[in-house]
Amino acid sequence: MIDLLTTKYNYIAAILLMAGGLYMVVGDRNLVKKVIGMNLFQTGIFLFFITTAFVEDGRPPVIQEGTETYVSPLPHVLILTAIVVGVSLTAVALTLIIRIYSEYGTLREDVITEMETDD
Amino acid sequence: MTDAIVLAVVVPIFGAMLSLIAGLRFDRSGWAIAALTCLGQLATAGIILATVVRDGRQAYALAGFQPPAGIELVADGLSAPVVVLIAAVSLAVVVYARQAGPRGNAFYTVYLLLCGGLAGVALTGDIFNMYVFLEITGLAAYALVASGDSTRSAVAGLKYLVLGTIGASLFLLGAGYAYIATGTLNMVDLSEQLAAAGYDSRLVLGAFGLLVTGLLVKVALFPVHTWQPKAYSSAPDSVSVYISALVSTVAAYAVARVLFTVFTPAFFAANPVAQTALLYAAAVSIVAGSVLAILQRDLKRMLAYSSVSQFGMVVAGFALLSQSAAVGGVIHLIGHAVLKGGLFAAVGVVAAQTGARSVDEYAGLAGRAPLSAALVAVLGLSLVGVPPSVGFVGKFYIAVGAVEAGEWPIAVVIFVSTVLTLAYFARIIERMYFAHSSPDTAVEGGEDVAADGGGPPGSVAGDGDGVTPEMVAVVVVAAVVAVTLGFAGSAIESFLEPTLTEVFGR
Repeated sequence: MIDLLTTKYNYIAAILLMAGGLYMVVGDRNLVKKVIGMNLFQTGIFLFFITTAFVEDGRPPVIQEGTETYVSPLPHVLILTAIVVGVSLTAVALTLIIRIYSEYGTLREDVITEMETDD
Repeated sequence: MTDAIVLAVVVPIFGAMLSLIAGLRFDRSGWAIAALTCLGQLATAGIILATVVRDGRQAYALAGFQPPAGIELVADGLSAPVVVLIAAVSLAVVVYARQAGPRGNAFYTVYLLLCGGLAGVALTGDIFNMYVFLEITGLAAYALVASGDSTRSAVAGLKYLVLGTIGASLFLLGAGYAYIATGTLNMVDLSEQLAAAGYDSRLVLGAFGLLVTGLLVKVALFPVHTWQPKAYSSAPDSVSVYISALVSTVAAYAVARVLFTVFTPAFFAANPVAQTALLYAAAVSIVAGSVLAILQRDLKRMLAYSSVSQFGMVVAGFALLSQSAAVGGVIHLIGHAVLKGGLFAAVGVVAAQTGARSVDEYAGLAGRAPLSAALVAVLGLSLVGVPPSVGFVGKFYIAVGAVEAGEWPIAVVIFVSTVLTLAYFARIIERMYFAHSSPDTAVEGGEDVAADGGGPPGSVAGDGDGVTPEMVAVVVVAAVVAVTLGFAGSAIESFLEPTLTEVFGR
């Protein structure tokens, strides 16, 4: 157990982020917190990708004299794209939340559902 | 002519930017740009299809980087028909949206972005690239759903966004597992490297589970369909037509790609439990979607739940892994897109003519709007699967494939679902033709509008802006295509044969 914590802590952190994010999306009633949870979930995945790129004794992937091992650059590039996607998603989500808040005056999902069934 | 492959994706994205820039000066130029762009995309899609018919599989290496390192776009027997479908439906919805709205360049910018994203998902041969295009599709779809006038559509859009993002993130995680197991992202290369990594490896199994689960959220299979009815029913009518016809369709196509090209039937031979799980999920979705559809009173919600059921059938067609069932899956995928898009368009026309939106308000519609009522009836019966419509052909092939594969419960489920589908469409048809509109259900002022849309705009009651002949023409074309495709079953089968023989090795 201690061994797992000391050698695989990066994966554990990724899993904790994903699980916590997913729990916030499902369990929290506040719309902004749902979006934060969504971001946490994605961040967990980003961390997972980046951590898999690590190579023991690897150097940054810039070609140098006398270096044999480099860390894999591809996951970093992929995640750079995924981060851009994540930022756009957050922007769209927050735009919608602003519109919902200005109309209903609340961010609580259950209150909004109640107001929608009324009218 | 492999340039057409990349143009089918680039043209709409370029058009989207043009619409945005032109909007700064000419705020009414969006429609013309969208129409021209969609015509251009339809032309490239036609070229792609013709090339594939003549020469088989075509690939385009982006920026000259050769796969597996570079990203390639692939047109083959599976993707070419889907691209043609996307281009054709996009053009039809642009025609429909001219009167039905929403208007403005912002709408058409997002619309063309969605169009480009859909073509990208259909054509890409790289699993990470597919994630990016899925997210472009998703982002544009969330914005379009939220473009309705009421705040309700914003709530629906946000719900769709959160669930869609979770689905896409699971897909990304699955792509990560596959990359760790194999070190490649190219689909064709993945299929070989996954076999080399061993189909019983946990990484490979995890990759399969995450990729497929992520896509099923986007397809909206029961029980991860919860975003879909609200999104379809709250969106503006034109948007409902477009996303119901294409967004889930392209996600279901991606499921087929992942099953056939990336994992191949050999994976399922090594892991029969994966196939069983997928078939169960599909079967549950087929029945649950139909039952939920029967419970609905609002037409758009009913059609939305009906999609949950129909996509269960498409996924079952792919998961059966027999050549007949796969042909049925593709036919039903395309047929459902035409039928469901046509039905949503017809519902929009009826709402604009008479204001009727629920099953009870459809009472006596045949007297008030005979053409619209006839179109709803024809499209509905096609979806039920009355021969010779395309709905029948797709279901027939899937059922035959199920029996061939020895999975007779799936054939039974398809039959049960046909009966249930008949139950909810028979109710609408009964209302339209045999019920008299009582004063409290009839919506005032709709009677004087001719069903051919001849009434001048402004004389129409209800919440629409009036109906133009183009809107009705779009529905008529959908109905005609639905019936015509019913006769083209064997032609589609022989067209798909080379691609599917490669997959199933017969």
